[in-house]
Amino acid sequence: MSFDLLALVCASYVIGLFAIAFWADKRAEAGQSSWLNSPLIYTLSLSIYCTAWTFYGAVGYAARSGMEFVTIYLGPTLVMVGWWLLLRRLVRIGRTQRITSIADLISSRYGKSNLIGVLVTLLAVVGTMPYIALQLQSVTLSFDVFSANPGEGLNQTAFVVAAGLAAFTILFGTRNLDMNARHHGVVIAIAVEAVVKLVALLAVGIFVVFILAGGPGSMMDVISASPIAEQSIRPERWTVLIALSAMAFICLPRMFQVMVVENYDERHLATASWAFPLYLFLMSLFVVPIAAIGLNVLPDEANPDLFVLTVPLEFDRDALALLAFLGGFSSATSMVIVAAIAVSTMVSNHVVMPIWLSQRQGGATVSGDVRSVVTLSRRLSIAGLLALGYLYYVFSGGGGALAAIGLIAFTGMAQVMPALVGAIFWRGATRYGAAAGITVGFTVWLWSSFLPSFGAGGIISADVFENGPFGIGMLRPQALFGIDGLDPLVHAVFWSLLLNTFAFCLVSLLTLPTPLERLQGATFVNVFRYSENAPGWTGGAAEAEDLLMMSQRILGGREAQDLFISEAQSQGKEGYLPDVTPAFLERLEREMAGSVGGATAHAMLMQITGGEAVSVEDLIKVADEAQQILEYSSQLEAKSAELGRTADQLQQANEKLVALSVQKDGFLSQISHELRTPMTSIRSFSEILMQGENMSSGERQRYSQIIHDEAIRLTRLLDDLLDLSVLENGQVTLNERSEMLDAILDRAIAATATPEQYIEIQREPPMEAVPLFTDGDRLAQVFINLISNAGKYCDAEEPKLQIEVHMLDGRRVVDFIDNGTGVPPDVQKVMFEKFARGTDHRAAGGAGLGLAICREVMKRLGGDVIYLPDREGSAFRVVLPEARQAAA
Amino acid sequence: MAERGEPLFLARDSYRQRRLADAARLLPVLGVVLLLLPGFITITVDAIIYIFSVWAALIVAIGLMSRHLARRGPLDDADNALGDDGER
Repeated sequence: MSFDLLALVCASYVIGLFAIAFWADKRAEAGQSSWLNSPLIYTLSLSIYCTAWTFYGAVGYAARSGMEFVTIYLGPTLVMVGWWLLLRRLVRIGRTQRITSIADLISSRYGKSNLIGVLVTLLAVVGTMPYIALQLQSVTLSFDVFSANPGEGLNQTAFVVAAGLAAFTILFGTRNLDMNARHHGVVIAIAVEAVVKLVALLAVGIFVVFILAGGPGSMMDVISASPIAEQSIRPERWTVLIALSAMAFICLPRMFQVMVVENYDERHLATASWAFPLYLFLMSLFVVPIAAIGLNVLPDEANPDLFVLTVPLEFDRDALALLAFLGGFSSATSMVIVAAIAVSTMVSNHVVMPIWLSQRQGGATVSGDVRSVVTLSRRLSIAGLLALGYLYYVFSGGGGALAAIGLIAFTGMAQVMPALVGAIFWRGATRYGAAAGITVGFTVWLWSSFLPSFGAGGIISADVFENGPFGIGMLRPQALFGIDGLDPLVHAVFWSLLLNTFAFCLVSLLTLPTPLERLQGATFVNVFRYSENAPGWTGGAAEAEDLLMMSQRILGGREAQDLFISEAQSQGKEGYLPDVTPAFLERLEREMAGSVGGATAHAMLMQITGGEAVSVEDLIKVADEAQQILEYSSQLEAKSAELGRTADQLQQANEKLVALSVQKDGFLSQISHELRTPMTSIRSFSEILMQGENMSSGERQRYSQIIHDEAIRLTRLLDDLLDLSVLENGQVTLNERSEMLDAILDRAIAATATPEQYIEIQREPPMEAVPLFTDGDRLAQVFINLISNAGKYCDAEEPKLQIEVHMLDGRRVVDFIDNGTGVPPDVQKVMFEKFARGTDHRAAGGAGLGLAICREVMKRLGGDVIYLPDREGSAFRVVLPEARQAAA
Repeated sequence: MAERGEPLFLARDSYRQRRLADAARLLPVLGVVLLLLPGFITITVDAIIYIFSVWAALIVAIGLMSRHLARRGPLDDADNALGDDGER
């Protein structure tokens, strides 16, 4: 197969990818992106974990070290299997905080500190550089396999590939500024490439196992007979590599990009949790067979890293080799594209933008579109990153096995892990702790892993390797603190992460977080408790117009206006300028963070509002987690108790209402009856009068008298009713003045002295000389009622009424006791109710309202009237008002 | 007091859901233990078979769990508030 044909296929493949990416972007713009957002696409996009290192390097790795290559897949498998523990939190935080990169996550958590952002960005750039070089190297080597003149023009090929990738990334990676708008084109291109590389590797694998080896059984025999079988697993490397790859899977900028930033629906994680391990499983299934066959059939000097290509070529399967080549090419390109997008976002948000902002006088308030600046800085960063990768490739001389370079990059990015885990699980982690940990880890990694990767005599001289810098043996790059004999990788991972974690924890314990840090810490750690942002703005000084001006420059004119209008509408305001509330500032900051990163967005808003970002209330709100839970549950308890009480009250009120309704019905029927009786007699007697022309005057006189009496009775009834209703409604006005009790009694007795109801009254004048301050007429009304009742109801032969005045429990009482048989017990219970009447036979004039009125009057006056059941006759006790006595 | 014949748990579903989340938290621990063991298997072919078997089992297990975990609403902890019986 000619090199030109290969170049042609390669070019058409790239053009195809361009077309797919372009088409996906168009679909997304048209809003037809539903299947672009499926869990399958999400899972496939995660496959950028499998780079050319995986594609080619794993076979080489297996050929050199046996099963150890599989650790690189087992780490991510364990992370995905444990998605409920870690990734779920990470994705939720990423979505609620509008995180744009791993540097943004770390910086947002540690008080939107830009220092941390810069540190992580630096780490990412330095860590990604060898990785990009690795991809360039693998693509170049794979081209070289097909070249007519092997070993020539490698650098040119690498350069062309780097330039092409830069162009693709710039074209599709910087189309939309808002990272949360997601890069549909890029994601779909990656998904296609994921399928290509899986199919390619499976095809080669199946070819090897079923055609070359003749089935799985004989394949196992080949493996057992090959040098691979002699490579036993070294437990310390095995363990460290699984841990390392797990950490790298989370921390690598490109993985964070596809896993968190490009995540559309967090439930996609549930699918990816099994589907992605399955992908990795399939990717590694045929690695050992290919390596074993490669070692068997190819000459000893053949590069094991290229077995995937050279084995099919050896058996003249050009099409298969071409497919394998495309698989490797896909692996390399997709990784470079996403890594470049992720790292360029970091560089632009955490390095370029802050510098640009501080360079400009007036900072965020100057006019002009910031978006062009952001886009430009991203594009330059992408180009710069690929240039750095190319330079690393050239200067490292394409040396070192692929796997070794990959592991160096892994170890570098893993330095973010302690700060990341602290960020989402430990509220006490501080920015100083994170900065110290990352700095220490980074330094140790540079010294013990990165710089030595250029080889002895590269950047570090052979002498330093042997004896340490300035002859300090403790600091030999691959034997720190004099501990010799460790595998260099295990050594670097062990020391860098140990010292990193130690510094992170120690400094965090010793330093104090800023208020914003505590707030963000609580929000991150308890992301499932308050999924909304913790409020971070006190608002105040900012003018909506200034804010609109600034956000237009970052979000774009129309988008910013839409945001402001929707906010104004939700506040219920006309026009497009909402009130600058803390909630609005928070929303605005989040929107802007999607474009320029959390730290920069925060800094820009700070410049305009000038206000302190955290209020004491906010802090108190998140002050103590346990307190919060307690508060929450006690609030719930209080609420449910309150509900219970309310229900009880409602029930009681309902019962009362029912009783009242019954009472009202009874009252109405009673009153109709009472009114009807006199009316009936009035009507019948007036009918007699109308028809009786021959009536004697005596008869006429008698009938008129009856009508008159009945009319009086009706009037009295109505008067009583009116009186009672006035009393009950509390509308009565009391005419209080000083008066003597005996005078009131005298008036009452005089008013009741009628010949037909004669009763002998016995009094004790000395006791009655009591001054009172009360409404004498009302009190007299009560006395009249009681005396006339005695007159009406006393059934003794010689009715007598005893009126006694004495002190009882400090209250003055007046007892009215007659010598009759008393009130029957069943009547006693109801006689103070309306229309209650004793034995009806002598109740000529009463409507049964008298005692009810008495009780109401006495209550108004501040006293009471009660029945004394233990006396011989009927005995009523009037308790005189207390305060009135004292006042007199 | 539960009437006879009625289930003792009023919130059996959410209880199960919380325990399933517990299982999802424990599974990676089990995975770590199982996947660190090959360091002690000396015969390469045996190691290969062992590793791939454990791997496949993990994929099946998490696949079954995830289906149920993601079946209801957002992926929140079911234990935000105290549970039916005060357990978390």
